[in-house]
Amino acid sequence: MTAGSVPAKFRTALQTPAVAAAIVVALLFAATALGGMTREVVSGVMLGSIYMMVAVAFTLTIGVLNFLNFTIPSLFMLTGMVAWGLTANGYVKFAGSWAWLAALAAGVAAAVAASLLVERFTFRYLRMKHGDAIEHAIPLVSSLGFLLIFEHLVLIALGSESERFAIPFKADVHVASVVVGVPQIISCALAVGVVAALSFVLKNTKTGRALRTIAESPDTAALLGVEVDKIVPLVFILTGLLAGIAGALFTVNYGNVSPFMGDNVGTKAIAAMVVGGIGSVWGAIAGGLVVGLAETLSIYLFGGDSVQMVVWGLLLALIVVRPQGLFATVAIGKGKM
Amino acid sequence: MSGYLSGVLAVLCINLIFAYGIFVPMAAGQINLGGAGFQAIGAYTTAWLSSVAGLQLWLTVPAAMLAAALIGCLISFLVLRTRGVYMVLATFAFGEVVAGFLLRSDFFGGAIGMVVPVHVALPLLVCCAAAVLLLTFYLMATRLGLAMRSINDDEAAAIVMGINVRAVQVTAFTVGGAFAGLSGALYAHSFNFVEAQYFNSFLSIYVLLFVLIGGAQTAWGPLVGTVFFTLLPEVLRISGSWRFVGFGVAIVLMMMLRPQGVITRAMVQRLSPRRWAPQCAGAGTWHGG
Repeated sequence: MTAGSVPAKFRTALQTPAVAAAIVVALLFAATALGGMTREVVSGVMLGSIYMMVAVAFTLTIGVLNFLNFTIPSLFMLTGMVAWGLTANGYVKFAGSWAWLAALAAGVAAAVAASLLVERFTFRYLRMKHGDAIEHAIPLVSSLGFLLIFEHLVLIALGSESERFAIPFKADVHVASVVVGVPQIISCALAVGVVAALSFVLKNTKTGRALRTIAESPDTAALLGVEVDKIVPLVFILTGLLAGIAGALFTVNYGNVSPFMGDNVGTKAIAAMVVGGIGSVWGAIAGGLVVGLAETLSIYLFGGDSVQMVVWGLLLALIVVRPQGLFATVAIGKGKM
Repeated sequence: MSGYLSGVLAVLCINLIFAYGIFVPMAAGQINLGGAGFQAIGAYTTAWLSSVAGLQLWLTVPAAMLAAALIGCLISFLVLRTRGVYMVLATFAFGEVVAGFLLRSDFFGGAIGMVVPVHVALPLLVCCAAAVLLLTFYLMATRLGLAMRSINDDEAAAIVMGINVRAVQVTAFTVGGAFAGLSGALYAHSFNFVEAQYFNSFLSIYVLLFVLIGGAQTAWGPLVGTVFFTLLPEVLRISGSWRFVGFGVAIVLMMMLRPQGVITRAMVQRLSPRRWAPQCAGAGTWHGG
């Protein structure tokens, strides 16, 4: 994605999204052509756009920092639960009819804050102690610890029940004989927008170049004058934002929050990341849609409890046969893995 | 002995055997985040043989071990194609597939679960745990154990020294599968009920953390980690969610202060009697256990 001559660069930039888009479009057409599955396809794309954002969060931390961040599901959950906690206790009444939006914004802020807390106790601490944090598996284990802490603190504070998060408006439109909620369409567009913006930043800005340099080699990046200490927190802020916004969209779309809402989405997003190729942002986008579609279609075709087996069985096969993912040609930081 | 105490000890024994099932492959450099899958295979094999086929204990438990070892052996050929993060994800996916299959399969009772008629008393559990413990210590002291550790420390060097890396890793994974299967079988027989929801990804994560926190360098680590995290909440009378918060905090602190685990190789060497010393003459890093 980064190195190489100009034609090679051009080829990778064009090929990966093109192949990904082609496969997704082919899947969509196949499903609609088979008939009777339009609704499954639409809800698959909706679900896929949520998976997509969370998968991009995973792929970003793993691509840049070589860190499988298991706190992402809890950041996702934190947004929904904090938003619900604020509205249920009446803390956001000042915002009037926009209270739900204020609560969700506060939830996203909580996710970013939690993500920075994780950075403080993993990467920054390790850098202070050892001068380097990227080679260790320590952050992965720590993130499992944080996952337990966040989930169970929320459980203690707000209870383990699945709660209803109501938004005050309801509007539906008809798309190809299927009723789709306007919030769902907006959130789908927002998800694509956020990821496209991130992709643009990674590709075209100074910060994006710095991120990609760290992904290639942290030592070389430091030698070339990239301020690694300032860029690493940025990765965690982006992670918190992506997971938080995904959590907010999920809350609005499905109207339910629970302390465990992140677990399922988080593991599916990991699957989506692997499908697209670890470290590739466009791969995560395509992977999110593929996993979302695979989930709704396998529910339709084989029944609700088959999802886990279908998704993970395919994933296991994929990891063994083609670990670089379906679409990725050159992934960020692939040389390290 | 009170029912409470024997219940805690039963859980401890099962967790110990399970932890050694994760430790053995890890000693050969393989991270298994699908432990719950192997435990589930053991538990369900036993449950089916015991409740449907009506077999006795001395048949069901070895059969469960055999089944888990066999699947461990088969799956290791797939998993060994991967490394690093990919291995973590592949084993994780395996655990999810097993849980998903059991949840869906009517043959194994689906989401309802299965009742296991034969009950195992505490003394047998303790004997099994002790046997697994001794076997692991013995294994780590043999030539095979040494080969496993050399692969973990430096795979390239191990190949250069003529170690058949593939064979050693497959063996380690198979033995690990057998231990995890045994723990599942004993779980089924001591709780007399199995359900697929119990064998979820968090179970895999917990047992991996027991080993990592205790220390994966020596066979003492899983013992210390498991005993600590199984008994401490009971001793402190912490219940419910605070137990998990405490567990999480302990993990984060451990990773900051002592990431190699509580028990390290150097520590065992320092504390062990002099008779170990001559064997490591020259090398300086070798030790028993």
